Amino acid sequence: METKEFLIYLLVMAGSTYLIRAIPFAAIRKKIKNTFINSFLYYIPYTVLAAMTFPSALYATGNIISASVGLAAAILVSLKNKNLTLVAVTACVAVFLTELLLQLL
Amino acid sequence: MNSIANTYFRGVKAGIPIGLGYLSVSFSFGIMAVSMGFHLWQAVLISMTTLTSAGQLSGIHTMMFPAQYAEMLISQMTINVRYSFMSIALSQKTDQKFKGIWRLLLGFFMTDEIFAVASTEKNVTRSFFLGLSTTPYFGWALGTLLGALLGNILPTMLMNALCIAIYAMFVAIIVPQTKEEKPLLLIVGISILLSSAFTYLPYLKEVSAGLAISICAIAAAVFGAVFFPKKQDEEDA
Repeated sequence: METKEFLIYLLVMAGSTYLIRAIPFAAIRKKIKNTFINSFLYYIPYTVLAAMTFPSALYATGNIISASVGLAAAILVSLKNKNLTLVAVTACVAVFLTELLLQLL
Repeated sequence: MNSIANTYFRGVKAGIPIGLGYLSVSFSFGIMAVSMGFHLWQAVLISMTTLTSAGQLSGIHTMMFPAQYAEMLISQMTINVRYSFMSIALSQKTDQKFKGIWRLLLGFFMTDEIFAVASTEKNVTRSFFLGLSTTPYFGWALGTLLGALLGNILPTMLMNALCIAIYAMFVAIIVPQTKEEKPLLLIVGISILLSSAFTYLPYLKEVSAGLAISICAIAAAVFGAVFFPKKQDEEDA
């Protein structure tokens, strides 16, 4: 691919991604009073993250078993502890150990 | 001044897990881009200007074909439309000084994870938001660079383990909140059910991942807003 074509593509990709983020952010200045809209906006981050995580996360590692163990570990730890780093590290270790175990079997 | 620095660093601290997660995710993006024939500088430049996972992944695939600019625009819009909802949601939680040009500048950093952590704040200030965005931004760029440089060197098992990090972080954002609000469990359950349908069912699985996520998230959130509306004062509490 020529550099010029790459740069046009990049402009379209980065430009549209930027505008779709920044324009609504800058344009909405008032507090929204509508309960429906507020509730919808409150739930959106959780539903986005849930849809992104399941089932994609099951295929994120080498195999579905290690991924399931990693996710189970993440759910268990996050029930007790809100620390994002701790949960992430525990899940990684769980996946690593599971894959190690699977190789030994 | 001192308190601005304090808030900034509080944001930086909150952003560290996101940055670590991004490091591993963008690492795989770097590997993929180079293996598809992109130069190292191109991979890093994409990450530094676009800062999104699903969009970039779809974008480099589109770039494999000559002059598909309209296709690029349409796919990016559908994949990224969720950011508009996040921006509108966060616009309701910013403090008084966080407006106008600041929103145009800092809106660039509105990713799923930065948004999710920012929205746990009662009042989002500019310095907190900038602090929160700092580590993820550089983590995303650095991970891409490292992936492009040494993707083939790290052992596969280590790479596999790192790939779960970003999802574990999502889990850690959702799960503690469902303990406090039972309806939320049902609402995210619906979102998961729909996204499973888009993954496994015929016809539905043809829908692009980005669009599918938007549909699932919007449908589940509408369900939540209809059956479990949040009272205004409850939300401010």
